[in-house]
Amino acid sequence: MNILSLFVLVPVLTSAAIVFTKNMKQTRLVAAAGMSVQLILSAILVFMYLAERNAGNTAEMLFTYDALWFPSLNIHYAIGVDGISVAMIALTGIVVFAGIFASWNMEFLSREFFISLILLATGVFGFFISLDLFTMFLFYEIAVIPMYLLIGIWGSGPKEYSAMKLTLMLMGGSALLMVGLLGIYFYSSPDGGPLTWNLLEISKIDIPVEMQRFLFPFTFIGFGILGALFPFHTWSPDGHASAPTAVSMLHAGVLMKLGGYGAFRVAIFLMPEAAQEQAWIFLILTGISVVYGAFGAIWQKDLKYINAYSSVSHCGLVLFAVLMMNQTAFNGAILQMISHGLMTALFFALIGMIYGRTHTRMINEMGGIMKVMPFLGVVYVIAGLASLGLPGLSGFVAEMTIFFGAFQHTDFFHRFLTIMATTSIVVTAVYILRVVGILLLGPIKDEHFLHLEDAKWHERLSTITLVLAIAAIGIAPLWLSDMINVSLEPIVNKISMAGFEFTGLF
Amino acid sequence: MIDYTYTLLIPLIPLAVFLFTGLAGHKMNPKVSGLIGTTGLFAVTILSYLTAIRYFWTDHLHGSGYQAMKAFEIEWLHLTEKLTINLGVLLDPISVMMLIVVSTVSFMVHIYSLGYMKGERGFARFFTFLSLFSFSMLGLVLATNIFQMYIFWELVGVSSFLLIGFYYEKPSAVAASKKAFIVTRFADLGFLIGILMLSFMTDTFDFRTLVSPTGPAMLQAGSATFMGLSAITWALIFIFMGGAGKSAMFPLHIWLPDAMEGPTPVSALIHAATMVVAGVYLVARLFPVYSMVAPDALHVVAWVGGLSSLFAAIIACTQTDIKRVLAYSTMSQIGYMMLALGVSGYGGHDGLGFMAGNFHLFTHAMFKALLFLGAGAIIHAVHSNDMRDMGGLRKYLPITHITFLIACLTIAGIPPLSGFFSKDEILVAAYHHSMPLFIIEFAVAGLTAFYMFRLYYSIFWGKHTHYHHTPHEAPATMTIPLMILAFGAVFSGFLPFHELVTSDGLPFEAHINYGIAIPSVLIGVLGIVVATLMYRKETAVPAKMAGGFGSFYTWAYHKFYMDEVYLFVTKKILFNLVSRPVAWFDRHIVDGFMNLIARVIEKSSYLIKGLQSGRIQQYGYVFVTGTIVLVIIFVFIL
Amino acid sequence: MTGTIPLQYFLIISTLMFFTGIYGFLTRRNLITMLMSIELILNSVNINFVAFNRFLYPDNLHGHFFSLIVIAVAAAEAAVAIAIIINIYRNFRSIDVDKVDEMKF
Repeated sequence: MNILSLFVLVPVLTSAAIVFTKNMKQTRLVAAAGMSVQLILSAILVFMYLAERNAGNTAEMLFTYDALWFPSLNIHYAIGVDGISVAMIALTGIVVFAGIFASWNMEFLSREFFISLILLATGVFGFFISLDLFTMFLFYEIAVIPMYLLIGIWGSGPKEYSAMKLTLMLMGGSALLMVGLLGIYFYSSPDGGPLTWNLLEISKIDIPVEMQRFLFPFTFIGFGILGALFPFHTWSPDGHASAPTAVSMLHAGVLMKLGGYGAFRVAIFLMPEAAQEQAWIFLILTGISVVYGAFGAIWQKDLKYINAYSSVSHCGLVLFAVLMMNQTAFNGAILQMISHGLMTALFFALIGMIYGRTHTRMINEMGGIMKVMPFLGVVYVIAGLASLGLPGLSGFVAEMTIFFGAFQHTDFFHRFLTIMATTSIVVTAVYILRVVGILLLGPIKDEHFLHLEDAKWHERLSTITLVLAIAAIGIAPLWLSDMINVSLEPIVNKISMAGFEFTGLF
Repeated sequence: MIDYTYTLLIPLIPLAVFLFTGLAGHKMNPKVSGLIGTTGLFAVTILSYLTAIRYFWTDHLHGSGYQAMKAFEIEWLHLTEKLTINLGVLLDPISVMMLIVVSTVSFMVHIYSLGYMKGERGFARFFTFLSLFSFSMLGLVLATNIFQMYIFWELVGVSSFLLIGFYYEKPSAVAASKKAFIVTRFADLGFLIGILMLSFMTDTFDFRTLVSPTGPAMLQAGSATFMGLSAITWALIFIFMGGAGKSAMFPLHIWLPDAMEGPTPVSALIHAATMVVAGVYLVARLFPVYSMVAPDALHVVAWVGGLSSLFAAIIACTQTDIKRVLAYSTMSQIGYMMLALGVSGYGGHDGLGFMAGNFHLFTHAMFKALLFLGAGAIIHAVHSNDMRDMGGLRKYLPITHITFLIACLTIAGIPPLSGFFSKDEILVAAYHHSMPLFIIEFAVAGLTAFYMFRLYYSIFWGKHTHYHHTPHEAPATMTIPLMILAFGAVFSGFLPFHELVTSDGLPFEAHINYGIAIPSVLIGVLGIVVATLMYRKETAVPAKMAGGFGSFYTWAYHKFYMDEVYLFVTKKILFNLVSRPVAWFDRHIVDGFMNLIARVIEKSSYLIKGLQSGRIQQYGYVFVTGTIVLVIIFVFIL
Repeated sequence: MTGTIPLQYFLIISTLMFFTGIYGFLTRRNLITMLMSIELILNSVNINFVAFNRFLYPDNLHGHFFSLIVIAVAAAEAAVAIAIIINIYRNFRSIDVDKVDEMKF
């Protein structure tokens, strides 16, 4: 059996097994076992992939498998991975694993909760292994729909409103995306041969430029909504604020990455001419996202809102880098997706743990957490430092790669936007330190907090996994960056053949 | 090539100590953590001295001037085809000199802290952070390329943040640490932009390639211009902005006085001797580029340095918190160093300023660390930072008193103490370059002597204050570092810097220029005499003087309201006029628009649903009408 | 016999009956009366069937058959409708059609 199919099969089997469990303890054990297997599989995949590449296999996609499942529309179950998807799969494996342990004490309808959570993970894994655009879209929808239930049932605050808003906006994105994908499908064979959904086959032909101009915005915005593209990001603060811990982790950590990954893999890869022509519009939007999200975060008082706005800023940087369209910037975008996925998952896990103890998320109602919960405090500081781009942690590597990539453009427009984006590192420092200062340091404001306990073993496991991953990337980024770089070459080649050079707006 | 690979251990030992005590520290007796840290630093110090002795003397590398050499290098990250970030160890005269400075002061501070921090909660944490700082600072000093320097630059920033905020339950310490981090972060943004520009123009981060006379940087002199300055000048000015932030140059200095909230040994190590001179080190590192391609940027360096030193010296005369006086004095002395680099030329005797800047960096590290550690011993004894609570302490703290006096004389530039030599060289360099700068520095020399002796007399002489507990001399762990540093402060002036640390690696002849040395000593003595008259005994003169200067005194006392200006810009403008509207805009306009769409759909569905009334006869009407309309359409229109 | 009553007369009668039925259906509030109106409509259709059959295809009986089917269906429909009306009466204590508007929105 193809190793990639296991990534879909294992979660499905896990959810099936959960159906037969009797109580919460069994449920979470099964879920944890399933996702541990998934994490181990991801690690094996990384090693297998590297071994295969070292053995000299230069195919664009490895471990491919193809089966026809809907003949009249030529839809295949076509799977395969390159360095980028391997990295994303590893990220997903880590975040899902940490997410299970972060929701260890989910007592209300625990079976249903874990089934939905794992179903969501199935969708994400499926998305990253798919080569067939339709299958990819299918898995995308599988990932989005459990979100509604997860927020609507297990959420907090105005959960129905948030769940509805999030689902409707993402579905709106799906609708745009469907138009784009159908367009690509119907133009996938310019010389009259059979139409195809296969990403690799489509990448070999050129979609007519007039059609690209029409289809690119649909595809890019469709994916961009999930990637928190300004001004379609407002589902993110409300959705994250209402979602339960593990869902916020998965959503911000992984699901939002589907947007960036798709925008890059589908929109830009398949339609490079239109991408180059229209990039400037989206560059302005993402440039706004980066700075705007950071400034928006300064004024928030709810921990989850702060983090949601920070996600808008960081995910904006992903799309920003994708639109810069050179190898370094692409590499930076992928690194930023991974880095942001890890650290935002860590943040949401910590926020969930703190909220579970203090029963408030308002920073001005808390203070001196560091003294009562040193472990959580220290990890929060590490997460904060990763977020503001401290060397030795993953955020720095990603941001620097993006800035240097973006700076390769010599015209004033790109330079200006790049420098604007770099200012976000200062603003990020402001809001991160503001939270650290108010929440963790200073005197203890509420004497009830004196009796709170520090992290339990499963919480430690969850956060330490993420911290280790963040530090590993931050300290030794070369292997990851090289793995991504190799896989970027076909994409960069296709774009360089398109050859439209935007030389400035001003 | 002589093998220097072992120098890799110099930064790695503190890193190992940091990881070990950081992860396992809470399970051990705090004292063990402290001892591990101190032992680690002892090893580092030994290795550094060994390296210095080998590099400068025994290995005879100076055949054609001291050359820079890479003892070690690995690839860390590929950015573009041409740009690769490496991590490594670079040895050249200034990095070896900095090794000595950092390891000596850091080791002294470790020993001192064993006594000073005794019994504090978080003793182990303190040593963990100190190790992190030592690692970062040594990595910065040994950086082979500008990007590695940036990496460690950020790491020293965060160590400084952690150490200033060491007493994290104290709101003022938290605020100070936040301020320090954000201000330097803002400056680092300039540094980053500078690196982006410089690396784009030269396709390299490597220091050796950058500064080589035939390197790519040197070809950029005539590059594209922007607002009258060439692109590389802008790049270097941006890089200097990073240096100015770390080195607390005007107007990015505001974090330094507040940083005194940290424990005193930290102030001695980070905010006096090592981290704050990183900016000077950065300029010295890229000095050939500054000097040959961007003299305009060098003018900026000189003037920023000169003005900062004057500005800080004036404020220092009015402050009463002894650590703040020292902080402003640090800023003023760093201004001297910057100025020295700024007025220097390249090569031979023209490079006097370069040599003098580094010389002053070295001597300053010794006497300023000594002053801070002395201040720590005083604070330890009287439990106050304010000089108004002190007086007549010379009887109680004899060792502290003597070492402090030595340090004060040194900083005042009294021969034959080390400060005299280094300051004299700077004045000579400034004299040859620019008269206004020379006059400023000459005045600052007098002011320095005045405010240092104001401090000295207020603490050790002056009024006889009544203390609740009789102050007692600090334990040996604290006084021994004081004595060692005093030794350094006295004798480091005799080091032949003009043979070792020069702009082009070649030795040159330096001699004391009596035409400048004598007046500068005289103005120093004048400052001391004035301070003696005013502060030796308690008199009414200081108050009268303060009144005499009127509003100027008030302005200086309030640090020229720089903090208020910054607060206005950040709190009022950025927070209220940018951040708050952004948050409002997001909630009400962007999100409001999304909600509006939802509302419109909801409202229209309310309108439409009336059709589904449940009244059968209404349906009947609609049905019949519809049929009739259709009949009419089909029969008469189609 | 055929010459005595022309087709128009049948049609006029059936049209009048049809629209009387429609009018009654749309205006009366009582469900039983509405049911009676429906019967009127059905019977007008029956007259049309029989009349057209007689005048157009005198040799065929299709129209008559249809009328018979309609009568049968109408009988069944009346039975069902009255059963429903009885149930409505039991639930609403009224057979006023305006009161029975639960099936909306």
